[in-house]
This record gives sequence, C-alpha cells and structure tokens, in this order.
Amino acid sequence: MHPAIQGLLTIVIGVGACVGYFYFANQFLDKVLYPAKGPNAGRNINRANQIRPWIFMFPALFALGLYLAYPVVETLRLSFLDRDAGNAFVGFDNYAQMVSEPKFWEAMRNNMLWLIIVPAMSTAFGLLVAQLTDRIGWGNIAKSLIFMPMAISFVGAGVIWKLVYETRPDDVAQIGVINAILVQLGGDPQTWLTIPFWNNIFLMIVLIWIQTGFAMVILSAALRGIPEETIEAAIIDGAGPFQIFFKIKMPQIMPTIVVVWTTITLTVLKVFDIVFTMTNGQWETQVLANYMYDKLFRASDWGVGSASAIVIMLLVSPILVWNVYNARKEMR
Amino acid sequence: MDNIAGSKSGLTWAVHVSVAFLVALWLFPTLGLFVSSFRTADQISTSGWWAALFPAEINEVYRADDPDDFRVADGDMFVVRGNVYGGESSSVISVWGTSSRAIDAYAAGETADLGDGETLTLQANGDYEWRGNDDQISGRGQRMFATAESPPEFTLENYSNVLFTEGSGGGMAKAFFNTLTVTIPATIIPILIAAFAAYALAWMDFPGRALLIAAVVGLLVVPLQLALIPLLKLHLNVGIGKGYLGVWLAHTGFGLPLAIYLLRNYMVGLPKDIIENARVDGATDFQIFVKIILPLSFPALASFAIFQFLWTWNDLLVALVFLIDATGETTVMTKQIVEMLGTRGGNWEILATAAFISIAVPLTVFFLLQRYLVRGLLAGSVK
Repeated sequence: MHPAIQGLLTIVIGVGACVGYFYFANQFLDKVLYPAKGPNAGRNINRANQIRPWIFMFPALFALGLYLAYPVVETLRLSFLDRDAGNAFVGFDNYAQMVSEPKFWEAMRNNMLWLIIVPAMSTAFGLLVAQLTDRIGWGNIAKSLIFMPMAISFVGAGVIWKLVYETRPDDVAQIGVINAILVQLGGDPQTWLTIPFWNNIFLMIVLIWIQTGFAMVILSAALRGIPEETIEAAIIDGAGPFQIFFKIKMPQIMPTIVVVWTTITLTVLKVFDIVFTMTNGQWETQVLANYMYDKLFRASDWGVGSASAIVIMLLVSPILVWNVYNARKEMR
Repeated sequence: MDNIAGSKSGLTWAVHVSVAFLVALWLFPTLGLFVSSFRTADQISTSGWWAALFPAEINEVYRADDPDDFRVADGDMFVVRGNVYGGESSSVISVWGTSSRAIDAYAAGETADLGDGETLTLQANGDYEWRGNDDQISGRGQRMFATAESPPEFTLENYSNVLFTEGSGGGMAKAFFNTLTVTIPATIIPILIAAFAAYALAWMDFPGRALLIAAVVGLLVVPLQLALIPLLKLHLNVGIGKGYLGVWLAHTGFGLPLAIYLLRNYMVGLPKDIIENARVDGATDFQIFVKIILPLSFPALASFAIFQFLWTWNDLLVALVFLIDATGETTVMTKQIVEMLGTRGGNWEILATAAFISIAVPLTVFFLLQRYLVRGLLAGSVK
C-alpha cells in the first residue's frame, strides 16, 4: 500500500475512534442508562448530569494520568532498581554511580551554563527587539522575521548553524560564514564545535536564536499594555528615552519578564535535539537530557538513566510549584 | 508612539538601522541553507553560499578536442574547432592563456601564436579554433587556461535526488509522508480530547474541579524525559511496541496539558448568557458543547493546533523512542536528517536540501497562521 494511503487510513481510524467515543458514550448515558423520560425523568437527568463531566474528561484524565503522572512515579521507582540484577532494589546505587561519572558533572555544569545564559540572552534580545520595533512602521514585518526560527525544528536549526560554523582546511575556500570572515581578517579557520567550553556557547547561540522570537512576541504585547499616561508623565518630567525604558517601562513589565524567563528555562532544561544533532555531547558539550538519552539507549542502563531523569525533574520542580501556586491564587 | 511630545527624531534612524541589522542577523543563517539547497556540490565546496548571489570568476583548464578524431583539413593546414563548454553555457571568458604560468596572456577573441605558424583563438563564448600543420595538430589536444565570469547558477537537482533516491542520501519523500502520518492524528486527537475536558473544567460543576485544574498546570512542566522509560516499557508490554499508534498516544499525552490549559482559559471567558440561555431552552451539555462552545472557541483551537502541529512535526525525541524501529521503515524527517549528518556530514547539498524540505511546511504554516500562534502564546503565558 502506498504510504500516503496508509497514512490517510490510519488518520481516519484514529480520529474516528475518538469522535465515536464521545458521541456514543453520550448517547448511551442519555438514551440507555438514564433516559430523560418515564417515571424517573427528573432524577435521571440529574444523575446523567453528574456523570457527564467525567465522560467528557475521561480520555483526557486517562491520558494525563498514564502519560505524565504515572511515569513520574515509575521513573522514581526505576531509579532505585538495577535492571541487570533482575530489577533488584539497590537503594541509591544508581545515583552514586551517576555522581561518580565525570560526564554527569560535565552535563550538570553545562546545564547550569545553559540555564544562566540562554534565558538571559533570549529575554534581553527579545526585549530589545520588542522595544525597537514598537516605534517603526515596518516593525511588524521585522518582528515576524525574527519570530520565524520558532517554526524551525531544533534539528533543522542544528543543520542551519552547522553550516554557519562549518570549517574547511586552510588552503580551500571557507564556506562557513564565521570562518570566512575570520580568514578575511587574516586569522586561521577554527573548528568551532570542538573547542571545549566555547563550543557550549556556540550551541547556546542556536537556542537563543530560536527563543528570542518567543520572548519578543510576549514582551512586545506587554510593552503595548503599559498605560501611556505613565510614559507621558515621565516625558513631561524630563526623562530621556533610556530612563523611560529602564525606570518606567521595565518595572511595569517585570511580571511578564519573569514568565518569559521561566518558560525559556523550562525549554533549556529539556534541551536535547540541538546537542544531539550538532555534537552529540562530544568535546565536553554534554547536557543532562542527552546524557540521559545516552544512558537509556546506548548504554542500556535504565537505572542511571532514570536517576538522571529524576535530576531533571528536581530542577524543574521549583517552577512547577511556583506555577501551581500562581494558578491557584488566580482562581480565587 | 509617534504622537508623544518629546520623542527624539534623531534616534529614529538609529532604530531603523539597528532593527535592520538584527533582522539581517536573524535571517542570514536560514538564508544560507535556502541558497545552498539550490547549488551543486561543486559550487558549495568551492565558494561560500553568499557568493552564489553574484557572478563568480572562475579559472578553469580546458583541452581542445582530440586532433586524431576531430581535425579537418583546410588547405595544407589542419584545424580543430569546437567549444570548451561543449556548446551551451552562459559563462563569459575574459582572459585566457596556453600555459599555467601565464593564464591571462590573451584577451578573449585574440589569437595566440604558438610558434611555427600554429595558432589558437578562443572567443568569449568558448568557441576555439586551433590551426597548424599536420605535425602540430596531432597527439593530445592543446590546453587552454581560461578565466571566465559565470552568472549565478541554480539547480533543482538536489531536490529530486533527496526526495526520490533511496539510500542514505535520499528517501525524504517517504520520511515526509511518515512525518505527516505522525503529525495529523497527533494534532487532531488531543484537540478533541482536550476540548471536551476543557469544557467540563470550565462550565460544568463537580467536586474536585479546582484540584484538577491545578494538576493540569503542574503537569504542564513535567519534562518529557521522565516519560520515556516507563512508557516504552508499557508500550512493549501491552503489545503496541514501536509504531504509529504508540507515537500518537505519546504525543497526545504530552500535548494535553497545554491543550486543556489554553482551551479552558479561553472557554471560561466566553459569555455566560449564551450558555445559560441555551440551557434554559433545553439544550443538553453535549449540544451546547458541539453547537455553541466549539464554534466560538475556534481561535483557541487554531492556536493550539498550530502549536501541536509545529511541535509534533519538529519532534525528534518522541519519534526516536516510540516510533522508529530497527527496520527504519517509519523514519521521520528529523531522524533522517540526523542520520545524514552522520553519514554524509560533508555533503552540504544533500543536508541543506533535506533540512529545507523538513522546515518548509512549518514555515508556511507559520507565515499563514502567525496571528493564531501569537494569540496562543499570549494566552499561554500572560494573564
């Protein structure tokens, strides 16, 4: 069968099953289980209405429970087991093994670098672009172009930037733009992705390139939401453009900056594809997510893999708690 | 804010220039990939992609046709005529020479005297005429060192190679369909499921509602990495194994928190009157949902659909873990590209083309539906 037809067929079946569930479950409730007629019509309607939310929510709750809640518990459990020893309970052995590996600490160090640099730079660039494009006529086109990398996959971005960092031998023309400029200025071509420490920065640039658009869109909306009176008042009091930006605008959009910062932080903690595509953790560019993938699928060590996943979860949890706290505050 | 008194016009040009600079900086890498995908392997390896936009000056060596086969008698002399490009070319030769020590000895159209009456003429369009006696016009063809200006040249060949050739450098057409097969159900199913759940969470009253909403917010940030081992184990145990069903379920699960969160926030904001009026008129919840809520929630549905589409299309990790088995029959484009990076790392014409094929669809979606994407981002993060 042609893959296109096969694909189409599976799509129809998958989506059909989904629509079918909601329709027939609802029909069953109204027509068979508690029909809204006969002697108990009123009671039946009430009962049906008590059950209906759960019918509506069942697939979602089931999927959330199975695909997100259960794995958290199960991963925690697996991190205390040794698969080779027949899933025996080994306490913190996996964690002990993990922290004894230099690669793990390399990944931790790099992750911390990513955590500091990427959100900071993306937010800063996003804010800069949002502020600059606010005043000019073609601002929307400019914003749309800077936003564009958001649509590009990390893998695609990896290829794009590998071309930028590409290195050729000394005696032939450089086709990577950075080396081409360097050679033009009289330097020697460098293999950027193999220079320890700095190659981390070169990988981060890829994510900053992608995330700046996200920061810009949200911060731009926040800047527009600032009441004009506050700015006009500042101008009348003689504030310059920089004073207006740092002393009037920045404080007013601080909550949004925090939201942008934490959202990018979450992305950074899970960063995998960029490192996997561009260096695969070689030359001291390992990060936690890629370390975990290595453990799982190359070393087949599920215990240590789970332990490193738990480390990622622990790093995420402060943001999780903070988000839930805010959401609950808002609903009251 | 042009109307605000005191805004300095002196700064305006600086703003224009810096925005233009930033936009150029942001576009430049992608443009490089795009241009490279239309160049031949030779062009890519001899000059940077930015050079492709301008006419290139290239030095090349040609050899006149073999005299034994091609020479014709002209009186008591012999002549070999031909074209160094073998006919058609848009290159224009400016200078040329007959030895590697003096490659710019003659201008195009000039006749070189090779001694003892042997002559060679090379025209700008590549036509040459090599004339001499029986002895001179023999052996191997005379060499010509030409410096030519060749206009920018682009080819679509890379695309047909990468799409339709099987093997490590191709097969993108199949991967494209596989990606599509993953993406479409993985976008539609979570929307359906989440829309019902979001309606229940927004407009139906039942115990534990607030707790469930908080749980959804919490699950929003749970890293994907945690789910990999337990779910792979589960899939293998229940017999789904690695395949489309597994990857759809996984994408559905991972996309749900955001979907429910976005849709619920939107649905809560819908006018209460409409829903209550419908209830009074005897509409059931199912009818209200299908006939009122769904159509009104279209913008939020579209926002999430775009997110989920981009995310599933661009995904590598979930496909690696839940979809792609040892046979590689179900490979997706991102995986195919990673593989090419490993095996054909230096073949930029293939890499660039493959990468561009995979990002063309998301880019189209992005530019057409940007409005909804922005709206969704704003709803998801700013209150």
